[in-house]
Amino acid sequence: MTTTAFKEPVREASPGTPAREPRRRAGRLRRASLPYLLLLPALLLELLVHLVPMAIGIVMSFKELTQFYIRDWGTAPWPGLGNYKMSVDFDAPVGKALLHSFLAPVGFTLLSVALCWLIGTAAAIFMQDTFRGRGLLRALFLVPYALPVYAAVITWVFMFQHDNGLVNHVLHDQLHLTRKPSFWLIGDNSFYALLIVSVWKGWPFAFLIVTAGLQNIPKELYEAAALDGAGMRQQIRRITLPSLRPVNQVLVLVLFLWTFNDFNTPYVLFGKSAPEAADLISVHIYQASFVTWNFGTGSAMSVLLLLILLVVTGAYLLFTSRGRRAADV
Amino acid sequence: MRSIRAAATGAVTLSLVLAATACGGGSSGGGGSDDSPKTLTYWASNQGASAAVDKQVLQPETGAAGKDTAAIPLYSMAYALYYNKKVFADAGISKPPATWDELVADGKKIEAGGKSPLGAEGSNLAENIHHVFVFAEQHGAGFFTTDGKPDFTGPKVVEAVRSYVDLMAKDKTIPAGDAEYAQNQSVSDFVKGKQAMLLWQSAGANLTSQGMSADAYGIAPVPVISGKPGPGTQVDSAVMGINMAVFKNTHNLDGATQFVKFMTSDAEQKILNKAYSSIPPVTSAQSDPAFGTPATAVLKNTLAASAAALPQVASESQFETTVGTAVKNLFADAAAGRAVTTDSVRAELQKAQQQMPAA
Repeated sequence: MTTTAFKEPVREASPGTPAREPRRRAGRLRRASLPYLLLLPALLLELLVHLVPMAIGIVMSFKELTQFYIRDWGTAPWPGLGNYKMSVDFDAPVGKALLHSFLAPVGFTLLSVALCWLIGTAAAIFMQDTFRGRGLLRALFLVPYALPVYAAVITWVFMFQHDNGLVNHVLHDQLHLTRKPSFWLIGDNSFYALLIVSVWKGWPFAFLIVTAGLQNIPKELYEAAALDGAGMRQQIRRITLPSLRPVNQVLVLVLFLWTFNDFNTPYVLFGKSAPEAADLISVHIYQASFVTWNFGTGSAMSVLLLLILLVVTGAYLLFTSRGRRAADV
Repeated sequence: MRSIRAAATGAVTLSLVLAATACGGGSSGGGGSDDSPKTLTYWASNQGASAAVDKQVLQPETGAAGKDTAAIPLYSMAYALYYNKKVFADAGISKPPATWDELVADGKKIEAGGKSPLGAEGSNLAENIHHVFVFAEQHGAGFFTTDGKPDFTGPKVVEAVRSYVDLMAKDKTIPAGDAEYAQNQSVSDFVKGKQAMLLWQSAGANLTSQGMSADAYGIAPVPVISGKPGPGTQVDSAVMGINMAVFKNTHNLDGATQFVKFMTSDAEQKILNKAYSSIPPVTSAQSDPAFGTPATAVLKNTLAASAAALPQVASESQFETTVGTAVKNLFADAAAGRAVTTDSVRAELQKAQQQMPAA
């Protein structure tokens, strides 16, 4: 908001004119409050959509809110930190499962984000030069991002099917790469299935953002570099990547958060109970809340997830921003 | 399908208001009348093979022991064996299998003809539970102790779960591909004639909607070890169905009561249960000829004489998730060609039990 625009006409009332003071003060108040007034609808909606549910979720995480108390939340017992104790007691099976579902997705997320970023950036750089059909290709690249998640992922489920899926048909029936048709939706291969779908779904976003970022790099830099004898590779390393740094900083963070939190993809791929190799945290939270009807434990896990992501985000921003400030100096 | 969960939920959360208001009479004459709407009618109350069966079948509908009715049934369903008549004839099988040994033997003949014998939804937790529950009953085993504590690793339970998974792992009666089924693919395999048999609950309407004509398939009770379904170890189905209840704190108690009355009226019961090929729990609605077919007779007999209620414990939903997942994992092992042994079954069930809340 451009609050500075309103600052300028507001002057300190001089002590010599006490009679006009109240009117001026009212005017000042009015001007000063205008931006807040304009912000109010957004603030209210933000409260309604984000903050209130979050606060309720945090309250729920301290209650033993099982199916037996849904009719009247007030009567649910108040075990205090009980839900958290159960969630973080890594020796007990529930906690162990949760720990596993924190660690397993970390590997998956890092891999997925790295691939999304790599493919997206490479594609964006290749699409930088004009050539015939560039617009068409760009549009085509964005299709996975534009498709509704459910429709896209259920199509992948069909392709990954054991008996009549496209993947096995190509790998086994046509290319004879595997000895027998593989299972992709159960067992260990499910990790690859999840990774493939996640990258397929995620890289167009990286492509889009990096494409936008590339528009801001002045052409003169490349021309100067070319005059100095820098090749394509050096131009990318010395000009493109450093100029994209602020863009990448946000991009990687957003990709990380989205991938780590992703619920739709594993749920549509694997249903209510994901195979161990592809067991993401959000499915656990769903399971606790909506399959076994213990909203208290589910909320406690959500709050823990929130805290961990907050810490990771904070540390990431601190680390990357400090690095940049040092580089700028 | 969620009858037990609904009942368990209901037992604690729901009010007693319905007890006095719902549908027609429950006299033992079988006809029943609407003149004395003081008691709930359950078809089982008239048709159960014995008082013991009545009690067993009624229990899930009447809430926790010693408490008033918590929810009332709208449709009743049971598992049955659906078989493709043509595939059976082609394989030279004259009658549906009544025991698991017969089923496996028939499966070999069917497989020789290039069809898959039996379908399953290996990745569907609820389906897995319904089947291993029945297998456990047939082995005389329970997943919970009498005081409601989970007991998944007893030798009989392990044996029961193993015999179900062995239908894929050892006997190959269930094809390996079914391990990843969770969206009723086995039903469509059956409709397409790729697969000879299906163990499903009240599947008639489902099969019709997918384009299978009623004379293309036969229906028989789910196999039991002895060949003759009954109570105890001859149980061949869980009690299935959908219940209805009213929250105590509803703002429109009158409206809700009226609605329940409407849903349990004879006319509406006939419409509902025809649509779902289920059995009307309201006795007087059963007089409709639509519920007198041989297919309905199988389901009725099963519910009356050889169905058992899923465990009536507070942690029933966790049980469905954990044990359902264990069976899913075992199917995944079998499909991948890994051995399914007593030890591996026990290990999976052990893991499931550890994930149960401390009762």
